[in-house]
Amino acid sequence: MDKAISVEHLKFAYPGVDDTPDIVVFEDLNLQIKQGSFVAVLGGNGCGKSTLAKHFNSILLPGGGKVYVYGMDTSDPEKLIAIRRCTGMVFQNPDNQIVANVVEEDVAFGPENLGIASPEIRNRVDRALKQVGMYSYREHAPHLLSGGQKQRVAIAGVIAMEPKCIVLDEPTAMLDPRGRREVMDTILKLNAEKGITVVLITHHMDEAAQAQRVVVLHQGKVAADGTPREVFSQVELLHSIGLAAPDTAELCWELNKHGFDLPLGSLEPDECAQILYEALKV
Amino acid sequence: MLKDVTLGQFFPGKSVIHRLDPRTKLLILVGYIVALFLAVSWLSYGVVFVFLAVSIAISGIPLKSFFKGMKPLMFILLFTGILNLFFTQGETVLVQIWTISITLEGVIRAFFMVFRILMLVTGTFLLTYTTSPIALTDGLEALLSPLKKIKLPVHELSMMMCIALRFIPTLVEETDKIMSAQKARGADFESGNLVQRVKALVPILVPLFISAFRRADELATAMECRCYQGGDGRTKMKLLRMHGCDYGSFLVAALLITAVCVLRGFGL
Ligand SMILES: Nc1ncnc2c1ncn2[C@@H]1O[C@H](COP(=O)(O)OP(=O)(O)O)[C@@H](O)[C@H]1O
Ligand SMILES: [Mg+2]
Repeated sequence: MDKAISVEHLKFAYPGVDDTPDIVVFEDLNLQIKQGSFVAVLGGNGCGKSTLAKHFNSILLPGGGKVYVYGMDTSDPEKLIAIRRCTGMVFQNPDNQIVANVVEEDVAFGPENLGIASPEIRNRVDRALKQVGMYSYREHAPHLLSGGQKQRVAIAGVIAMEPKCIVLDEPTAMLDPRGRREVMDTILKLNAEKGITVVLITHHMDEAAQAQRVVVLHQGKVAADGTPREVFSQVELLHSIGLAAPDTAELCWELNKHGFDLPLGSLEPDECAQILYEALKV
Repeated sequence: MLKDVTLGQFFPGKSVIHRLDPRTKLLILVGYIVALFLAVSWLSYGVVFVFLAVSIAISGIPLKSFFKGMKPLMFILLFTGILNLFFTQGETVLVQIWTISITLEGVIRAFFMVFRILMLVTGTFLLTYTTSPIALTDGLEALLSPLKKIKLPVHELSMMMCIALRFIPTLVEETDKIMSAQKARGADFESGNLVQRVKALVPILVPLFISAFRRADELATAMECRCYQGGDGRTKMKLLRMHGCDYGSFLVAALLITAVCVLRGFGL
């Protein structure tokens, strides 16, 4: 099985309250995510990123079409626990996903729910905490940790369940630059070393640039899909849906408007500098 | 000002008392309270007091923390003391002012009553100071689990307690933030009469409640994502286990209760 998540003709609408019409989020969305890949999902506010993420582990069920997670239909109630074991979720606000008032007890929460034997839980908790670099904080109270540390504890809580896929819904939105770096490093490491499929919802272009694939959502449809280079060189398209390309691409694009002919796909400042150097050399 | 709530405060440590099983500590606390209420004389109070004093000494918790925790109870203690002092009938009148008299019996009774409350509270503090909140809820859940048979939602209650303990610091911090924000806009919480002060709390409580509901909603989703389905089929990372020192402690507690009962039998 090489497809982790498969969204087929997904339809979804939030029911309207009283007389207001339903809020239609997706009309016909198709998306496949490969096992072991690192996919970033971009999109403007309210375009349905969180709604999509909640379809990946049966928190929301499709109003039409199907969502398959490792071949399991998310609308099959029998598969519910198996699906949630496969795909872990990390949310934006770390405070609202930590259950216990000791770090290690919180990480143990998921495995405990799965009914795993005590010694094995202990092993998994220690392993998960080491993987996110929070082992030395295992006996701390979560509310005394920094935002980045809390978010890493939340990630440990998810990987202690040994999922094949992690979906992160704007995990860095509430963090300072340092916390963001800590969380990004952790995610990249999990993807590279453990082969965990990562779906990262974000609005930071530099984070999306570190993914293998970028999917841009707009009005419930996939507006762009490809490697970061491919997607970020479509600067006009990104602008038309209210997003900005990374600064490097933006700079080259602006220069192109004034008669240059630079490639837009550069993602790193060094790379961009090299392009500029080449262009200005003559 | 909200930072120093001592509710459920825990001082980590390595003493025997810290290492006891939470169930042991809970049961011994119950036994201790029973002994306290069975005690009727100086001697039996003395026995219970020695038990408490030795326990505190073993725990290594500084006495200061007990006094600090006692502060909010000052009023109740004073009230009990004064009530007993003035309204106990007795033979030996010590002081007579107008129609109010203070009798020797009153003094003794007031002393005992205050002493009893102090010992009760100190004993409870010793439990919460030496037991992590998680261990405490685990212990309670284990002790109350027979009640599941009569459909009492024991697991749910202990989960609620656990989450409440987890979110107290978060909500306290949030209250502080909201208060600062309202103060910055000119809100005044410190002056005015009672009605005005209560009214001033509304702009704090409304945002606090809204945020608490939002948190609860998000937390519920997060718990669902982590496969939470209630207490059935759930295991624990840390199993509660009784050791030699637990049995030893039970023995000491049993001795305490027996001693107090025997003393009571002799009318002491
Ligand atoms: N629980 C809900 N009830 C009704 N409408 C909702 C709910 N959650 C989100 N929406 C609406 O659905 C749309 C998509 O929301 P969301 O998936 O949260 O977007 P994003 O995460 O991309 O910002 C928005 O228009 C939002 O107002
Ligand atoms: Mg969102």
